[in-house]
Amino acid sequence: MKKILVFLLSVLTFSAQAAESAEGGEFSPGEMITHHIGDDYVWEFAHGVVLPLPVILYGENGLDIFSSSNFYDEHGGLRPYKGYVAEHGHIYYANEEGEPRMVQGEDGELKAVGPMDFSITKNVASMFLSVILLFAVFLTIAGRYKKTRGRAPYGVQSFFEPIIIFIRDEIGKANIGPKYERYMPYLLTIFFFIWFNNLLGLMPGGANLTGNIAVTLVLALLTLLITVFSGNKSYWGHIFATPGVPRWLAPIMIPVELIGILTKPFSLMVRLFANITAGHIIILSLFSLIFIFKSVAIGPVSVAFATFMNFLELFVALLQAYIFTLLSAMYFGGAVEEHEHHDEAHAH
Amino acid sequence: MELVTPALGLLFWQVVTFLVVLFLLSKFAWKPIMGALREREESIDSALTMAEKAKLEMQSLKADNERLLNEARAERERILKEATDAANHLVESARAKASEEGARMVEQARLSIENEKKAALTEVKNLAATLSIDIAEKLIRRELQDEQAQRALVQSYLQDAQLS
Repeated sequence: MKKILVFLLSVLTFSAQAAESAEGGEFSPGEMITHHIGDDYVWEFAHGVVLPLPVILYGENGLDIFSSSNFYDEHGGLRPYKGYVAEHGHIYYANEEGEPRMVQGEDGELKAVGPMDFSITKNVASMFLSVILLFAVFLTIAGRYKKTRGRAPYGVQSFFEPIIIFIRDEIGKANIGPKYERYMPYLLTIFFFIWFNNLLGLMPGGANLTGNIAVTLVLALLTLLITVFSGNKSYWGHIFATPGVPRWLAPIMIPVELIGILTKPFSLMVRLFANITAGHIIILSLFSLIFIFKSVAIGPVSVAFATFMNFLELFVALLQAYIFTLLSAMYFGGAVEEHEHHDEAHAH
Repeated sequence: MELVTPALGLLFWQVVTFLVVLFLLSKFAWKPIMGALREREESIDSALTMAEKAKLEMQSLKADNERLLNEARAERERILKEATDAANHLVESARAKASEEGARMVEQARLSIENEKKAALTEVKNLAATLSIDIAEKLIRRELQDEQAQRALVQSYLQDAQLS
């Protein structure tokens, strides 16, 4: 058993090494990792298995939609197309030489300029895939509930039901209170959206969607908006006239409290982004060791560590989804909570 | 810096997709799921409450039955006692009546015997008188068949008359 495992690991690392060396050139782990956790115009499932994705641009030439395969020649090299050129994960306007057009910015530095880029990138495609999965799973479950009203759950329904009940009881009810019902759709959606995308990101060739700042920014922003718009009198009262704090401290307290409103979703954004990206970086770094040391011996060690990390990441995928949902629920709870012990607070 | 700079395209797609997902899942998944869960929980809850109530009802029913049984038992005791009493009373009164009747009948019999006796005695007396008269007649007739005897008799009567 052990021998087979070692053999398997060696074969895996051999093939990986072979693939990498075939590409030629010096191996740069930093570049490789940045490339893997970043976005791309194509979806590379494995070396050579590439799915070109649609590019959607809006700029000085109006709306342009074409396949990203137009940017690549037969040898996999880059080439300009329709006056655009793709470089380092960005699309710029091409100049006469087929290079990104540089324009002097306000600060005097030369900057490449490009059109507004609404392309279906690897991350967007991965998100669409997760959305299809979400719909497939939860519409099926909803159908089951309609079909077997009041009966015991079965199949995929019994897998997700405890999770849904956990989110409702332990996250929603426990943190928001009696008004939890209003927030359940959002909480359930972010939990499963984050969890599914975290898991998809762990798949070989998967995109690093939840480790992308744009995605976590949108999620955190939604939490912020819901918190602010559901804030009741006592919530705003605590911000603009914190109970138990002398009046003359208000000029300090109000800015602090207002910053507090923003730091909460900011921490949500950074936490999810950093955790998922860090996990990807660690796993990729462990694999990079093989190529840095150029040794077969390091292969099994690297793979063992990476396997361990992958299991840890499976846990982190769930944990981060839970934390994001839990903290969102706590912020909502704070916004709708009725404070009835102001006098008590004064007494302290 | 690249890593922490949100890309416009992804921002746009994320906002659009997430809002669509949120809307569609809320409408077609979470609403029916949460509704069904709540419904099931309520039905389980009400079933348990009903079971508890039924248990209590059973207990009270049992107590009721016990009480009814006891009452019935007491009633039976009472009826039996009453019946015995009535029977005893009936027997007693019958006995009294019978003895009274007996006494009355005995008295009646005695009276009628007395009457009969009296009547019989009277008859006997009458008969005896008649018989005596007859005997006396016959005797007298025989005695007075001859002159002599008649004279003697008259003589005796006369003598008696003289004496008195």
